[in-house]
Amino acid sequence: MATLQTKSAARMMMAPAVIALLIWMIVPLSLTLYFSTLNYNLFNPAETPFIGLMNYKFFLSDPAFLTALRNTLALVAGVLVITVGGGILLALLLDQEFYGVTIVRLLVIAPFFVMPTVAALVWKNMMMNPVYGVIGQFLNWVGIGAIDWFSNAPLTAIIIIVAWQWLPFATLILLTALQSLSEEQKEAAEMDGAGALSIFWYITLPHMARAITVVILIQTIFLLSIFAEIYVTTSGGPGLQTTNIPYLVYSQALLQFDVGGASAGGVVAVVLANIVAFFLVRLIGKNLDA
Amino acid sequence: MGNITLDKVSKSFGATNVIQSVDLDIEDGEFVVFVGPSGCGKSTLLRLIAGLEDVTSGRIMIDGTDATGLAPAKRRLSMVFQSYALYPHMSVRQNIAFPLKMAGDDRAVIDRKVGDAARILNLTDYLDRKPRQLSGGQRQRVAIGRAIVREPEAFLFDEPLSNLDAALRVNMRLEISELHQQLKTTMIYVTHDQVEAMTMADKIVVLSAGRIEQVGSPLDLYKRPANRFVAGFIGSPKMNFVEGSEAGRYGAAVIGIRPEHLAISTTEGAWRGTVGVSEQLGSDTFLHVHVDGIDTITARTGGEVVLDHGDTVFLTPQPDKIHKFDAQGMAIR
Repeated sequence: MATLQTKSAARMMMAPAVIALLIWMIVPLSLTLYFSTLNYNLFNPAETPFIGLMNYKFFLSDPAFLTALRNTLALVAGVLVITVGGGILLALLLDQEFYGVTIVRLLVIAPFFVMPTVAALVWKNMMMNPVYGVIGQFLNWVGIGAIDWFSNAPLTAIIIIVAWQWLPFATLILLTALQSLSEEQKEAAEMDGAGALSIFWYITLPHMARAITVVILIQTIFLLSIFAEIYVTTSGGPGLQTTNIPYLVYSQALLQFDVGGASAGGVVAVVLANIVAFFLVRLIGKNLDA
Repeated sequence: MGNITLDKVSKSFGATNVIQSVDLDIEDGEFVVFVGPSGCGKSTLLRLIAGLEDVTSGRIMIDGTDATGLAPAKRRLSMVFQSYALYPHMSVRQNIAFPLKMAGDDRAVIDRKVGDAARILNLTDYLDRKPRQLSGGQRQRVAIGRAIVREPEAFLFDEPLSNLDAALRVNMRLEISELHQQLKTTMIYVTHDQVEAMTMADKIVVLSAGRIEQVGSPLDLYKRPANRFVAGFIGSPKMNFVEGSEAGRYGAAVIGIRPEHLAISTTEGAWRGTVGVSEQLGSDTFLHVHVDGIDTITARTGGEVVLDHGDTVFLTPQPDKIHKFDAQGMAIR
């Protein structure tokens, strides 16, 4: 795209896509902003008077909001720790040469292709059910005794389910990073007297820093909006123990029929996501510089 | 001290024998060059000495003790890799300090040794840069710096100059030779470039297909090649080989004559031919002469000789510089 002509041609060609994306973003956002200033309840949709920032005031002063915020952050942090930690270990394992490694690599990626609702239901009914779930049976067998996950540790259960779904993604990205580490560098470190742990700490881990950053950033975007897994397993309960911000917005809109309040919640969620993104980029974004 | 002995060392990858029963003595302080065409096993031999590959059979003695089963780090050898293998996320200082840090040295000791190495290699101004901010020659020097701080028994170089451009290569060649004079440590150097081998080595080991063809000083190999392979590999341009009746006159299956040992005349001589391509280097001219009844023969002459394509010339080999080989390619003396 060197000449003036190719530049303007490129602009013309890109315009439809850019405009479509812009509309796709602007319309819902402005409608949400608009609704968030109305007293708009589905019980009485005929009258939607303007009430200014009252919806925001109600949403932010709702005790459920702080709980949901805490749950959201716990969910994101918990899943990130498990997937990044487990992903590094799995990637190190899959980077080795062993019989059937291609099939194992394929199998490891499989959970990513399972729909969130299906995955959550499988976990809820076949794995974590205290009576006939596999985990309960196993814990009984070893003598610890079955745990009723969704009553006693509901948020942990959700974290485990979501982590299981995202582990393949982290593993895949980290594995490709690992495979691009030059053999000579490891050999040089070996000659320099570094043991396996030192090679991992001083050579392998810094080499993977960029991939780890990518995994954290992408996963955070998706983990902030986890909904399906909560909906089909705990419905945000017991109490508010597994209600995160997306679920709170949902319950505001479709369980309490308060469209105005839910819209305000949506806008708050957008702002929160931006705050998280800001800190994340400040914290680890420097790894992305070439 | 850094004497290294290989005793019937063999290496095979599956069914392919890459190194076949190599015996070699390397004296302390020697500069030994392994040279050979690509795929001859010279890098593998170096990696066997380094401990990065396990030997299939045979023994490797370093400094009088059996090092065959030792881990690379325990052999007290340093290696400079073809790709330099610098750690990209570490600064030059951290790169050079890495082996010392792994050895658990004090900060003060590390700083002093890194400073010394940087001074020897002219890297003092670059200590806080990252490898990607350095030129090829500087990276090469960092890799050498990382090797010398450990004060090893011997240095191993795996084609260290092949990623540099021609001018820099000549410079680094001199610097490495200079370093060897300063440190007096054993160096083993792998290259496919016979000019590097000739100019740097105390002792050249010519390898072909996993076997040692000949071991000797550069001039030894140049003057008395043990066989046709070594004769053709050492020297630039290549030695001319003549077979058939012309060789029979000297009582050999093949005779070899170096381009610089041919007298050129426009009037008379042993072999008559026509000039093909002539490569003029200024100081020298290489003539590719199509000799009647033989083949194309390369002859070296002074830069001032001007002969055109198609001219008729006569070539005469110097009788005492003719190398004779039998049907198996072994030298007849």
